[in-house]
Amino acid sequence: MIKKVRPHPTQNEPLLFELSSPGKGGYQLPDLDVPVADPVRELGEENVRREIEDFPEVSEVDAIRHFTRLSTWNYAIDLGLYPLGSCTMKYNPRVNEAVARVDGLSWIHPYQAESLSQGAMEILATLEQALAEITGMDAVTLQPAAGAHGELTGIFLARALLESRGNPRKRVLVPDSAHGTNPATVHMAGYEVANVASNERGMVDIEALKQIVDEDVAAMMITNPNTLGVFEEEILEIGRILHAKGALLYMDGANMNALAGIARPGDFGVDAMHLNLHKTFSTPHGGGGPGAGPVAVKKFLEPFLPLPRVKRQPAHTDRPPHWRWDYDRPQSIGRVRAFYGNFGVLVRALAYIMAHGGDGLKRATLDALLNANYLRKLLEPRYEIAYAAPTMHECVFSDRRQTAHSVNTGAIAKRLIDYGFHPYTVSFPLIVRGALMIEPTETESKRELDLFADAMLSIAAEVEQDPELVLKAPHSTRTAKVDEAGAARRPVLKWQPRT
Amino acid sequence: MLDTLGIDRLEDLYCHLPKDVLLERPLDLPSGKSEYEIVEYFRARGGENANGYASFLGAGVYRHYRPVLVDAVVSRGEFLTSYTPYQAEISQGTLTSIFEFQTMMCQLTGMDVANASMYEGSSAVPEAALMAMRAAPPGSGRNRVLIARTVHPEYRETLRTYSRFGAMEVEEFGYDQESGLADLADLERKLDKRTAAVIVQSPNFFGIVESVKQAAALAHGRGALLIAVFTEAVSLGLLAAPKDADIVAGELQSFAIAPSYGGPFAGIIACKEQFTRQLPGRLVGETKDANGNRAFCLTLATREQHIRREKATSNICTNQALIALMATVFMTVYGKEGLRELALQNLSKARYLGGKLRRRFTGPYFNEFVVAAANPEQINRRLEDQRIIGGLPLERFYPELKDAMLLCCTEMSRRADMDTVAAAIQAA
Repeated sequence: MIKKVRPHPTQNEPLLFELSSPGKGGYQLPDLDVPVADPVRELGEENVRREIEDFPEVSEVDAIRHFTRLSTWNYAIDLGLYPLGSCTMKYNPRVNEAVARVDGLSWIHPYQAESLSQGAMEILATLEQALAEITGMDAVTLQPAAGAHGELTGIFLARALLESRGNPRKRVLVPDSAHGTNPATVHMAGYEVANVASNERGMVDIEALKQIVDEDVAAMMITNPNTLGVFEEEILEIGRILHAKGALLYMDGANMNALAGIARPGDFGVDAMHLNLHKTFSTPHGGGGPGAGPVAVKKFLEPFLPLPRVKRQPAHTDRPPHWRWDYDRPQSIGRVRAFYGNFGVLVRALAYIMAHGGDGLKRATLDALLNANYLRKLLEPRYEIAYAAPTMHECVFSDRRQTAHSVNTGAIAKRLIDYGFHPYTVSFPLIVRGALMIEPTETESKRELDLFADAMLSIAAEVEQDPELVLKAPHSTRTAKVDEAGAARRPVLKWQPRT
Repeated sequence: MLDTLGIDRLEDLYCHLPKDVLLERPLDLPSGKSEYEIVEYFRARGGENANGYASFLGAGVYRHYRPVLVDAVVSRGEFLTSYTPYQAEISQGTLTSIFEFQTMMCQLTGMDVANASMYEGSSAVPEAALMAMRAAPPGSGRNRVLIARTVHPEYRETLRTYSRFGAMEVEEFGYDQESGLADLADLERKLDKRTAAVIVQSPNFFGIVESVKQAAALAHGRGALLIAVFTEAVSLGLLAAPKDADIVAGELQSFAIAPSYGGPFAGIIACKEQFTRQLPGRLVGETKDANGNRAFCLTLATREQHIRREKATSNICTNQALIALMATVFMTVYGKEGLRELALQNLSKARYLGGKLRRRFTGPYFNEFVVAAANPEQINRRLEDQRIIGGLPLERFYPELKDAMLLCCTEMSRRADMDTVAAAIQAA
């Protein structure tokens, strides 16, 4: 039975371009207080455009209705559980939005004098310190714009260090359970990818690892807990194997939500890692960004961090202590982007850390573990857990029992939509056949988890009794099943006027 | 819930972790704060920054008015707290708005295809350069990228970092000391059959409108692609679209994205149709649902890392959907006439201040310009006393422009403040 939702009408809405009519507009500019310039005279005829062809013209009311109507076609965390494994869709506290919009933070220019930016620099330094403490690392750069950008920065750092030692080496090891960004990153940093197999417990196979680690290996990129939600229990040994051959241990911190306050990568052999502030630290996903991907490193990698670094200048004659940007770093890999990072996202993450404090972060971790284990327990009678190892913050099932009725994970995911939930992560990690990857996060109540479990169990029954019902889902959405293959076959990537 | 799991305490949930990895003490962080204390903390930090100053800084980050509609839309939880729209049936809001964004980006840049956004402008440049290398015929050995010194210095630094460990070689070409335009004769000398791409920015870092057409003709003559970069998106309201380029990489901060000390912003890559498969980042395409209604979904994902892993076009996963939505709302509010009028106001304001000062370069400029000014740091300190942030002293990026500063005027620049700035510079 579907308990969470019942249908209500949603508004239809054309595209902006179809809504457009000549002469409409929603803007008001003040009267110019200077003479109007003549563009053709000032810029030359060849540099001036006559018009922006087909650009929309709509009124303010049209505009707000347009975007409000579109918004109602989305699912969101604000509507309910968003159990995407590996994505950590937790509640986004609104105080974070409020503080990121404080005028003295949102309207400051990256090139204004340091003396006029001390508050911003203090925020950055405070966040660096907090993230270093949470990860057990020595130094943090906040510059990378997202997790994959952090990965790239991290592998650049490893490469710069190894080059400084005389040999950049050739390969980076990536477990077969890793996020797709890992191998793509390795390739961009000029390394070959070598896959490392998992064992029957879903963890890195230590014997296989020993075989493959040699002096050509630059680093291993590990996710811990891994994408199965399983803690790599041999992590200390993995670090020892790599370090013995002069290779580095890099950690993808996508799953830090399972560790904050209970274990620190810096204490279990990790040399460098990135964090996804839009996962563990609650900054909103916004339909796919912006994120932020700070990189935390051990002391010996600090000289290679991107330029510039925020530094405390001690008191000197008449000047009190203050923050300054340090560009004098000859071993730095250079910038990975303009300016200092996604400051607005960093502000939100610091607000989250402040709201929780050390105890609160640990409590959030425990609640995340509790919620994932609770769901696993409720779902295990009808779904096959992929690996028996203990669950941390997410649990991964296989669709093996359901495929016996010709229903796979993708179809179950679509049927969940009819029950009022966003689907879990489908078909990932790749080492599980037909994966259902579920991460509830700590912010869900027992009531919401129970509703979700009810839905999943009800679908399991439908799979057996009426597989067609599941295969044709979703049935209740304003947009029925979307033809994705058709979109790829004949790509239509923009609106064009009918000719 | 503990009973369901058959455990007594939450700590039992991780008792399987090896003892040696556990943190045996509380995290050394201040205790949790109330909402009121958090707001007070950030207000206090904001108060330590320049607040309520007039500003004439541009240089890649511009001060444009943000229509109130923008935050009204992006604050809606359905946009703010949704994930990447992989599940098309319940993500049509985000998907439709991205499709509109892609369309408007094509209309502004004159390109055939635009992606769903990049992190920001500077990292879009190396991504565009890598794209050009992939587009070159296999075995052609085209791995050289020529970039004008008039491209934003921090964009060039970012390109250098990306090139450091891969196959890409980067070389710069100069600018004409009189006009401030990229030196196309220097470009012509450096172009060779190993050149994959030429990169120019327009308006360039000095605010001067480059000839994308001429640069493209030179690049094409040697079988290289032309990448046109923009940092001031408002200029597109008035300037000819860079349609002679093969790839356009830009920054949309000017479209209602707050300066926010340098981020988050939104970048964009747009290109001619034949390079679509080489585009990094996400793309939304039009299709139909099972009832025959128009629908949108993420498409051409086979370029992406989820499927291609190490063979992907890029490791980029996150785009900047919410920031791109800000830009979309901004473009909608201004529309066809408004964007042109806005650009015209910027041009007019810059002409007012620029006309009063000794400009360093003669090339045509949009809303930024370089002025000759001895000791620009000192001028800025004097202006600070009047709560005005002056221009960017250029020595840091261009040692040869020691006595020069880059000024920017936008629709938000008041005449009285411009008069104050002019007087301060003239008095120096």
